[in-house]
Amino acid sequence: MKNTMAGMASISLPLPLRARLSILCCGGGGGSMIHGFGRAFSSSSSSSSSSSSASGSPTTMHAAINSAITHAMSEDPTTLVFGEDVAFGGVFRATTHLREKFGPRRAFNTPLSENGIVGFGIGVAIAGHRAIAEVQFADYIFTAMDQIVNEAAKCRYRSGAQFPAGGLTIRAPYGAVGHGGHYHSQSPEAYFCHTPGLRVVMPRNPYDAKGLLLASIRCDDPVIFLEPKALYRTAVSDNVPTEAYEVPLGKAEVVREGNDVTLVAWGAQVHVAEQAADALREERGATVEVVDLRSLLPWDAETVCQSVSKTGRLVVTHEAPITAGFGAEIVAEVTNACFTRLESPPERVCGMDTPFPLYGESLYVPTKLRVLEAMKRVLDF
Amino acid sequence: MSSAMALSSSLMRLGASRLSSMMGLARVASSSSMSNSSSSMSSSFSSSSAASLVTTSLGDAPITIELPRPYDTHLCEPPSTTVTTTPAEIEKFFKTTYLMRRMEIACDVLYKGKFIRGFCHLYDGQEAIIVGIEAALTWNDSIVTSYRDHCTHLGRGGNVKEVIAELLGKAPGCSKGNGGSMHMYRKETNFYGGNGIVGAQVPLGAGLAFGHKYRNDNCVAITMYGDGAANQGQIFEAMNMAALWDLPCIFVCENNHYGMGTAEWRSAKSPEYYKRGDYIPGIKIDGMDCLSVKQGFAFAKEFALKNGPIIVEADTYRYHGHSMSDPGSTYRTRDEISGVRQERDPVDRMRKLLIDVVGTSPDQIKAWEKELRKEVDDAVEFAKNAPLPPDAQLYENIYVDGKGIEARGVEISNVNVLG
Repeated sequence: MKNTMAGMASISLPLPLRARLSILCCGGGGGSMIHGFGRAFSSSSSSSSSSSSASGSPTTMHAAINSAITHAMSEDPTTLVFGEDVAFGGVFRATTHLREKFGPRRAFNTPLSENGIVGFGIGVAIAGHRAIAEVQFADYIFTAMDQIVNEAAKCRYRSGAQFPAGGLTIRAPYGAVGHGGHYHSQSPEAYFCHTPGLRVVMPRNPYDAKGLLLASIRCDDPVIFLEPKALYRTAVSDNVPTEAYEVPLGKAEVVREGNDVTLVAWGAQVHVAEQAADALREERGATVEVVDLRSLLPWDAETVCQSVSKTGRLVVTHEAPITAGFGAEIVAEVTNACFTRLESPPERVCGMDTPFPLYGESLYVPTKLRVLEAMKRVLDF
Repeated sequence: MSSAMALSSSLMRLGASRLSSMMGLARVASSSSMSNSSSSMSSSFSSSSAASLVTTSLGDAPITIELPRPYDTHLCEPPSTTVTTTPAEIEKFFKTTYLMRRMEIACDVLYKGKFIRGFCHLYDGQEAIIVGIEAALTWNDSIVTSYRDHCTHLGRGGNVKEVIAELLGKAPGCSKGNGGSMHMYRKETNFYGGNGIVGAQVPLGAGLAFGHKYRNDNCVAITMYGDGAANQGQIFEAMNMAALWDLPCIFVCENNHYGMGTAEWRSAKSPEYYKRGDYIPGIKIDGMDCLSVKQGFAFAKEFALKNGPIIVEADTYRYHGHSMSDPGSTYRTRDEISGVRQERDPVDRMRKLLIDVVGTSPDQIKAWEKELRKEVDDAVEFAKNAPLPPDAQLYENIYVDGKGIEARGVEISNVNVLG
């Protein structure tokens, strides 16, 4: 069964997908959410970046982020970096030495005023700067929600494109670390994915962190850049080039190819997904196609739908609570676009619909075993 | 305090300002030479703004006028109350305030006729603030304001046609029809917009001021809010940052004494808004008098460039309700409104100066008024007949790559213009 699915996928597109194609495929514009539908189903073509080895050295995530900001500040004298304690290197050391390199006018501390930080950031961005604002923890970003949702996201539209806040990139560490409790652990990406005009980006490793952050800073849309804080020091990429490079926004990456289940994740959860994929191969001999979404808004529905059209099965996993999490959007889109391809109902493996707990974090977060069980269910349906 | 007592105390406050403003017009002196006082301001005067919304015909021999109300200040010395002006400037002030007044009245009619939809907040009564600001500043200075922004657009060199077209959601509107009443912008003159969220523009103003300081361009950012918004937390965040970094930022509290339907004293522990920056100096000006505003802002700009942020509280009054759904008469008396109209009206004040000081004939003024009314009437007709924006525009300008974005949830039959 699994092999025939793979074969069928290359023959014809599922009808709903093709219907969308004719409407939405629009000359391959760079901003298209559904890129290049005319392309053949070749998931490997987009998976090159992280795996290709450049002239890099082993780099941690916080160093990769520091490197991206350093490039951005070197290449554009309008680029500023600011936030709580960033001049001292920031709580996760991602902004170390920036004040020494670029001076206190370009790398500076702000008061503990998230709403003010973002509002100020929008102001300097529409005044022509590249503004890299740090919110110390993503859990603190909610006091700035109005500025992000009502101002940054809508400036371009409501001013008839006169005043975009596109120079603004908001960095914030997100996610579980094992002991963060209620307000140092959350994954707020879905709130922002409900806001046209924003881009939401979440890297899984240092290579992507550097390339995606540089692309985000250079991008003329406001970007919410959520960094998996658990990986700042623990994740190391061997191949991070010392020079500047971009990982494209809006493009997912097929982290590993497989034929039986499509497993979609982003950020730190991609590593859980890979472990679950290993476990499934050991237990069942089934192969899993792991897709790292990388950008959540706009998101790469094409790559996900191509994969599901091949495997016929979908599991999405994220740390945030399940209800109205971004997994719901993926499942809805795939169900619509790949309905005739699906062999089983898609599954979501997510955080629970509770506050992020102080104790029992391991029960809350979607672990390898929970993802594995879900994949077995979609295989056995 | 009983509400009746409270109401009467608020009326007393308004009454006091009325009284002091009545004193003024008589104390006017004419002089052929430049005034000797308020010297520090004169350099700013000469750099006043570029192209005008209206044309003037009167001369430019300097005259000096003594302001009826002194400036109240907080942590700074007040500017002189002797203002230097010219017949042409008074003519310009009269014509501009009158044009703004007629435009806002036309908006009221258009709204009631269901030509303007959504939300609409009118500026009539407050015109002197924007007119005075633009007389003291240049268009290289940035300005960002609240949702009561129609006249700000005119002050920044926009015209009545593009304002009303915007209100009607038409293609020639100043934001292409996308913004509507609360979101007018004019990039070429650094007007960074109206803003639909109460107080949200204030931190933007701090950011704009940072830009000026960073570029070292000797300009300031004006960030305006009302007495209702003055209680928003983010304003204090923005003030703290602006003061911390000595940003050339002028925080302008347009105090029309009612935040929606709530009188200032019911919502603010201290309604002395020019003092509420604590460590930031402040000045209170008569926001119903173009000349007081001009002098006050020339002072504020110079101060901000030298010392960092300053708060300007403009004591003013809105004749209409907060928005179109508010008749404006449930929380204040009709006597109060008509009292302000009779004694402090900014258009009338300029009209009286023209007649009493400049010697313009009432017939001449009537002829100007007729011209300006026609300009508004023509703009209304223009806007009514203007085309709607193309369907495509609904899906454009959401991201930088404006085309090719999938607009989810939109009827497929409408998606005919992508790419």
